[in-house]
Amino acid sequence: MKKQINLTVNGKAYSHEVEPRTLLVHYLRDTLRLTGTHVGCDTSSCGSCTILMDGQAVKCCSLLAVQADGANITTIEGLAENGTLHPLQEGFREEHGLQCGFCTPGMIMTAADLLSNNADPSEEEIRHALEGNFCRCTGYHNIVKSIQYAANKINKKEVVS
Amino acid sequence: MIPAAFDYQKASSVEEAVGLLKEHGMDAKILAGGHSLIPAMKLRLNQPGILIDISGISELNGIKVDGNTLVIGANTTHGAIAKSAEVASSAPVLAATAGVIGDVQIRNKGTIGGSIAHADPAADWPAALIACNSSIEVMGSGGSRTIAAADFFVGIYETALEDGEVIVAIHVPKVPGTAGSAYEKFFQPASRFAIVGCAAVLEMKDNFCTSARVAFTGVADTAFLDEKVSAALENQTLDDATIKAASELAASDAEILGDHFASEEYRQHLAKVFAERAIRAAIANA
Repeated sequence: MKKQINLTVNGKAYSHEVEPRTLLVHYLRDTLRLTGTHVGCDTSSCGSCTILMDGQAVKCCSLLAVQADGANITTIEGLAENGTLHPLQEGFREEHGLQCGFCTPGMIMTAADLLSNNADPSEEEIRHALEGNFCRCTGYHNIVKSIQYAANKINKKEVVS
Repeated sequence: MIPAAFDYQKASSVEEAVGLLKEHGMDAKILAGGHSLIPAMKLRLNQPGILIDISGISELNGIKVDGNTLVIGANTTHGAIAKSAEVASSAPVLAATAGVIGDVQIRNKGTIGGSIAHADPAADWPAALIACNSSIEVMGSGGSRTIAAADFFVGIYETALEDGEVIVAIHVPKVPGTAGSAYEKFFQPASRFAIVGCAAVLEMKDNFCTSARVAFTGVADTAFLDEKVSAALENQTLDDATIKAASELAASDAEILGDHFASEEYRQHLAKVFAERAIRAAIANA
């Protein structure tokens, strides 16, 4: 039997009837057409499906849409404001933080959770925060630099690259 | 991967969840954070007919100190436990353990009650809960009861929970201020589960150990208190030779698992190495 869910995604209220077995990632991608959230491993290891749920990074391939009833969700599509890239998005562009780009939305959403809890993380703290996100192209160095770029920009430090 | 179809109901109290479990019997499963259950359902290893979602039950959430006992609600996430000041001061080994479960995202959603109900033999909580001499409070249609953590974990994905029982809270005796404690694990690099995890709680008087509880996870089909290692530390001055000799006894009574991650022989070796690391780390923070 379908269940009614009401939730906010990227600032917009939605209401849908979903099958209980609908995964949150499929609801976002297929129902809302927000395809920036990726399905990688589909086993909650790789982190490419990371979104913010009530401000916390979660892997939505291992959540049901019904679990998001009442939640406030931010996906990669919700980060830019009025056409201006979020400092993390800008950082990934400036520091070559992506190659194929598949892991990038998850990396950025995990980094957004990190920066909201720790505005000025050390390199070690950034690497630790990314333990649940896999990148098979970059070797992580430029991803770490991209997040440092964003932290510096948010903290209005001079960006040295 | 999509789970088989099921019905879904949200419980607003523990009594309601217990009632729904009684009504639906073996066809029902409890859903907390879902981070053990949903992956299993996606693989169709588990195909319940109905999920009873307890995540909205506020009485199951939160951490409090009740006299000499730390009480952790079943719905408390690993992340909340890792960051809790009460846990850090009352049972620091639990905060340390919570901080190495899975990754940030898993810790934000996965719950302690859900993890221990699932009883993965490589999960982190069991060793730490056993080393802290914790007990598990459960509620069924016949009322509530508590089960010692050492008796709770029975086998692979098997616990002492009876049909129709829901985990309510974990009760942890406050670790005395004179004690040192630590959790050390050898990670499976993709899943972050413990190939071997060792928790040690040592009550110390200067360099003399008055009480020791050393427990393992990942080594056998269930977590266990290593009585031999614990006995070799208790009422001893913990010098280098005593620590090494005690660590050598690690898992000597266990039926050690061998799988494609680690052979039986390798796990036995890791148990000794991680026993020594946990004991030394516990002494260092006493």
